[in-house]
Amino acid sequence: MAEKKISIPSFSLPPRIDQVGVEERASRFTKRSIKKETKLNGLFLTLNMIDLTTLEGKDTVGKVQQLCYKAAHLHDTYPGLPHVAAVCVYPSMVATAKKAVEGTGIKIASVATAFPSGQSSRNVKIADTKFAVQQGADEIDMVISRGKFLEGEYNFVFDEIAAVKEVCGEARLKVILETGELVTYDKVRRASDIAMYAGADFIKTSTGKVTPAATMPVTLVMLEAIRDFYYKTGKMIGMKPAGGISKSKLALHYLVMLNETLGSDWMNNQWFRFGASSLANDVLMQLEKERTGVYQGKDYFSID
Amino acid sequence: MARLPILKTYKIYVGGKFPRTESGRFYAAKNVKGELLANVCLSSRKDFRDAVVAARTAFGDWSTKAAFNRGQILYRIAEMLEGRKAQFVEELMMQSATKPAAEKEVDICIDRLIYYAGWCDKFQQIFSAVNPVASPHFNFSVPEPTGVVAAIAPQNTSLLGLVSLIAPVIAGGNTVIVLGSFDKPLCAITFAEVLNSSDVPGGVVNILTGKPAELTPYFADHMDVNAILYCEADAEAQQMITEKAAMNMKRMKFYPTMNWLSESAQSPYLIMDTQEIKTTWHPIENIGGAKAGY
Amino acid sequence: MAKAKNNTLTLKFDTARVYAPAPESKSAAKILPQYDLFINGKFEKPISKKYFNTINPATEEKLSMVADANAADVNKAVKAARNAYDKTWKNMPGKERAKYIYRIARMIQERAREFAVIETLDGGKPIRESRDFDVPTAANHFFYYAGWADKLEYAFPNRTAQSLGVAAQIIPWNFPLLMAAWKIAPALATGNTVVLKPAETTPLTALKLAEIIQEADLPPGVVNIITGAGATGAAMVNHADINKIAFTGSTAVGKIIQKAIAGTGKRATLELGGKAANIIFDDAPLDQAVEGIVNGIFFNQGHVCCAGSRLYVQESVYKEVLRKLKDRLETLIVGDPLDKNTDIGAINSKEQLANIHKYIKIGVAEGAEMYQSNAAIPTKGFFCKPTLFTNVAQSNRIAQEEIFGPVLSIQTFRTDDEVIEKANNTPFGLSAGVWTDKGSKIFNLTTKLRAGVVWANTYNQFDPTSPFGGYKESGYGREGGLHGLYPYVEL
Repeated sequence: MAEKKISIPSFSLPPRIDQVGVEERASRFTKRSIKKETKLNGLFLTLNMIDLTTLEGKDTVGKVQQLCYKAAHLHDTYPGLPHVAAVCVYPSMVATAKKAVEGTGIKIASVATAFPSGQSSRNVKIADTKFAVQQGADEIDMVISRGKFLEGEYNFVFDEIAAVKEVCGEARLKVILETGELVTYDKVRRASDIAMYAGADFIKTSTGKVTPAATMPVTLVMLEAIRDFYYKTGKMIGMKPAGGISKSKLALHYLVMLNETLGSDWMNNQWFRFGASSLANDVLMQLEKERTGVYQGKDYFSID
Repeated sequence: MARLPILKTYKIYVGGKFPRTESGRFYAAKNVKGELLANVCLSSRKDFRDAVVAARTAFGDWSTKAAFNRGQILYRIAEMLEGRKAQFVEELMMQSATKPAAEKEVDICIDRLIYYAGWCDKFQQIFSAVNPVASPHFNFSVPEPTGVVAAIAPQNTSLLGLVSLIAPVIAGGNTVIVLGSFDKPLCAITFAEVLNSSDVPGGVVNILTGKPAELTPYFADHMDVNAILYCEADAEAQQMITEKAAMNMKRMKFYPTMNWLSESAQSPYLIMDTQEIKTTWHPIENIGGAKAGY
Repeated sequence: MAKAKNNTLTLKFDTARVYAPAPESKSAAKILPQYDLFINGKFEKPISKKYFNTINPATEEKLSMVADANAADVNKAVKAARNAYDKTWKNMPGKERAKYIYRIARMIQERAREFAVIETLDGGKPIRESRDFDVPTAANHFFYYAGWADKLEYAFPNRTAQSLGVAAQIIPWNFPLLMAAWKIAPALATGNTVVLKPAETTPLTALKLAEIIQEADLPPGVVNIITGAGATGAAMVNHADINKIAFTGSTAVGKIIQKAIAGTGKRATLELGGKAANIIFDDAPLDQAVEGIVNGIFFNQGHVCCAGSRLYVQESVYKEVLRKLKDRLETLIVGDPLDKNTDIGAINSKEQLANIHKYIKIGVAEGAEMYQSNAAIPTKGFFCKPTLFTNVAQSNRIAQEEIFGPVLSIQTFRTDDEVIEKANNTPFGLSAGVWTDKGSKIFNLTTKLRAGVVWANTYNQFDPTSPFGGYKESGYGREGGLHGLYPYVEL
């Protein structure tokens, strides 16, 4: 795509999103009936789109190593399974994770910028990002300053994202909007636009630490923002719903929504990720059920 | 040897569960012959306090349900009551009703629930208005449920008074705490079982048994209750209620002369007794077309 | 594909229409090889001795044979209705009438799946719509009106409502079961008895409803369901012993009916055609508006009297809306109505498809620019791709006449007064849509649009409590809500 000159719109113009209409449209995606080979392909794709995540205060080297093994060996008794897209950890665990996934093709994503609250100084956030990048992170998941956003300081939010992007180097930047704290779809749309124009490679719904996290309507609003941005600028932006997606059926609804909003170019893990910790096993259970014809139980799938 | 039957324990109904009274107290409900009917909970003001919390918690969901949904739930209560008719007739007879009177009482309750089920998504159409104000505004008035309602059921019936009192309250989207009849407490609790099996969310209806004289003052002065309903022809009690209700401007409704057996005891006006009216204004700009407004 | 000068960006939706087949099972549907007339609580052989086929428009396969009622059959049905009215229904207390109607509602809910499958097989509408909209809404309609039966004293201030007697009801093929509910429920609730004729291409769910009416033990003759075509309908309209006619169908036939009953004292409500304006302002929530456009014209294959068939887009957002609309068209699946993923099912009949094609030709001949998605459509059965016409003028026939198919005419406008004038510039007046984020503008439009139903920031919303009906040549009378009682009572 030839680089167009991107003119930045005024962020104080209120976006117009009708909540009832969004939720009706989102609910209609769930009426699609995904069966047979469409279901199988969808389940494989889902696995390959997962950012397997551990973001606990109590994470240790051992925990992260085990998670990374699981990431590359989801269920070895089922041949031909894809691996997950990435493992997502705190900056202090990046080096451990990077070593553990060596040779697998799995990316390491690191949260940064005083995740999850983002309530800290610019310097700390930049230093946090630089550290993660230097430790080997392929992707950075940053948080926006929700407080500043709600104060109406849109330029502040914009500049912060641009500054973080600058120190990302080769790493791709995901910008977490924390939609649960923004509450309305108008605000989510505005935050999405700010993030994309400021240089985000991905926009992401949530930290997973706040309820509600990802929902289908909120994801739809963000996908439509990405679509408008693409038509205006020619630039593709990725999307990641995170938190609250633990069942394959729901993940497949999301894929339908992606397919029918942005089309086939986005249907791969370069441009779409699921931020999830327990989704993978549910997908594995569905795959086993398709293969064997019987409903599965949790005891047959390793936790990590 | 004849089979020994299991005796029923009559607990109270709060938040969708059947706890015992936190006070541990009971009273012996007796029939006219002085025979023991059952040991029934003598509820305390703390039980009432807990019930108010449950009702307040349930109000958000119940009041925002689609009106027709409430109608379907009330219809379901009627279905369940119809299925349990024999049990209620038996309990009424234990409490000294004749069989024909008992059957009539249960039939009226079932039909009354269906009556109010039908009102859930219609009373708004009768009692709302679009007001033709002189300024260029769209102006409309609609009823809204008042909130948490505390009710003392008519004391001389075991079932009919209670059902007649609370059906319009919940049809209108409110949640309720109701104190059953002291002398004839059994059906109130068995009715709780019907509610529990009818898709009625926990906390929408809370049912206590106990002494009206003890509990009515607390029903009247609780600061998180929006309305109180009282049915006895007791002027002193009414005065006490009115004075205490003034503390938070609780709405009060007294029904001392209501004949619960008659058709006049059911009407959409009883729904409106626990509704507020909200009026909203919005400008209408005037561009093009023939000038008009509402 | 976008033809704008600079913008050659497109999104690829090739996989959006290719989901593995997900057919609903037909086993739920019990369709008899032949149906007789439901008169006086029983299925009776037609005096005419004639039957005709009803087919599945998606496959052209025969589903069943239904009776063709002649004037003598109509007479028998009206007699049964009159008898039931005089002897049983007129004097039954409202609360007992209510219980019968509640039973019908509950039984439809219990047999919902069977009804949905049959509705799709007989009429061609997608199973997702039958299942999620038609059947539940029909059940809810009965549930709503059941509740009015014993409350009529509150509905009409200062008046005691009297029932009318026997109502002859003729319904169309676009929402067969739902239209039956819209007709029967208020009639029964107000104490009338009914002779109902479903459309000749979609008789089956009405006949299934007859089975439920039998099961509900409704007193014989209170509801009679007779099948037939135009001649049967005419016999009903002209029968001397009916008090009221309720008709939903084309404006042309509505006019015939009105002329036929002139001077007879028969009451009538007519719900006729439409050519609704769907208006998008530049401050509309655009993605939701596009969804509203799609719902407005492609829902039910455009076989909707209130379809938003005339799109007016404010010129400043025209390009954006058109681009979004075309992208959305690419994700619409045209196909087997029984497939749960189908968005646009079969056109109801060969005749209707021919009519739609005729208008598409007219549109092209008039100089409008036609656009259709890349959707593949089945080779068998009656199918039509979703179609847009741009470069349309107010004077084009495709902007004036009702097409009753998935064909949208698109015009631009510049100012509020211009679009109000153009929206009202039609003999029809059933419905309209307004899309804007500005409240005061909504109410400016809603007060001035001459239409019986105005949707603001939504489209094709229906509820049993909400009155529906038209202005001008879209007919008169209302169905639904408190106002839906008026047509069935004498005040």
